[in-house]
Amino acid sequence: MNSIIIDDEATARAILKKLCKSNQEVTLIEEFPNAIQAIKYLNQNAVDLIFLDIHMPDFTGFDFIQTIKNPPKIVLTTSDKNFALEAFEYDCIVDYIVKPITQDRFDKAIQKAKNFSTPTTELSISKNEETSTNNEENDLYVNIDRRLIKIDIPSIYLVEAKGDYITVKTEKKNYVVHSTLKKIEEKLPNELFLKIHRSYIINIKRIIDIEDNSVLIAKDVIPVSRSNRPELMKRLNLL
Amino acid sequence: MTLQPNLNYINELSGDDELFKKKLISIFKKEFPEEKTVFLQNYTTQKWKDAAENVHKLKHKIGMLGLEEAYQVAIDFENELLAHKNTLFPKFMLILDNIEDFILPL
Repeated sequence: MNSIIIDDEATARAILKKLCKSNQEVTLIEEFPNAIQAIKYLNQNAVDLIFLDIHMPDFTGFDFIQTIKNPPKIVLTTSDKNFALEAFEYDCIVDYIVKPITQDRFDKAIQKAKNFSTPTTELSISKNEETSTNNEENDLYVNIDRRLIKIDIPSIYLVEAKGDYITVKTEKKNYVVHSTLKKIEEKLPNELFLKIHRSYIINIKRIIDIEDNSVLIAKDVIPVSRSNRPELMKRLNLL
Repeated sequence: MTLQPNLNYINELSGDDELFKKKLISIFKKEFPEEKTVFLQNYTTQKWKDAAENVHKLKHKIGMLGLEEAYQVAIDFENELLAHKNTLFPKFMLILDNIEDFILPL
């Protein structure tokens, strides 16, 4: 099985590399310290199995799974037992291994992966850059691998720019789209959304609180740049 | 609380592969102080959620050194931080200092 590792911890990646090397069923192709780099790789390459850490800064393992269409088999590697139930809500997750991982436990996971059948192993992820809106329906369509996926605009609470990609965060799901903040800003209604930093657009209706130069929105603390602060304050219904 | 770290897990994983063992220890020695520094930065600036994430990452290394009770302290401390509490901070720092003392001469 052609495999990749996604884990932000170098020690964990070194251990997984060793475990892969000691198991004849696995061929390790690549390793990534974050999910975004892995998404870029998977845009061009298919794999059979992913060893995926759940806890990663900015973009978690679950965000990653929700972003890719028809994911391959995934073995979750984590230091947290609490996500086991959530993990098995995803059909692609083969096993859930708690770190530190022993060779026996790893081999068992590989055996499970070998016997696990998925409807398809084709991998296809967010990669296109076009977005379009249907203003009448108040929806935003993002083009993800030649599929137009509908996002309910009011459910978007944050858009974050990361290099050539933007992450559109909603209550239920995060979407990684190959696009720019400028492009999506043009598509979002001005009365609801505001750019508060060169990397962030927020839904002002979703603000929980504002402290100094940051905004708490859902679970994210977002910086407000000095130049955008006056416009933000203007848009608030201040007492 | 048992506070004596050991290399049982690393030895078992490495087998006869001394090169791998050296490499893994060297990665550990480089990464651990970095993670500790980031944790302390987040803790002192009261970024509780970020500090909890750091403790979560450090938990793996605590487990790697066979510190089972300390591992549980880390779990409890991570939960405390998420609830904006910090009573386990001194105990957790003792664990980190102990690990640092152990890995330094390796």
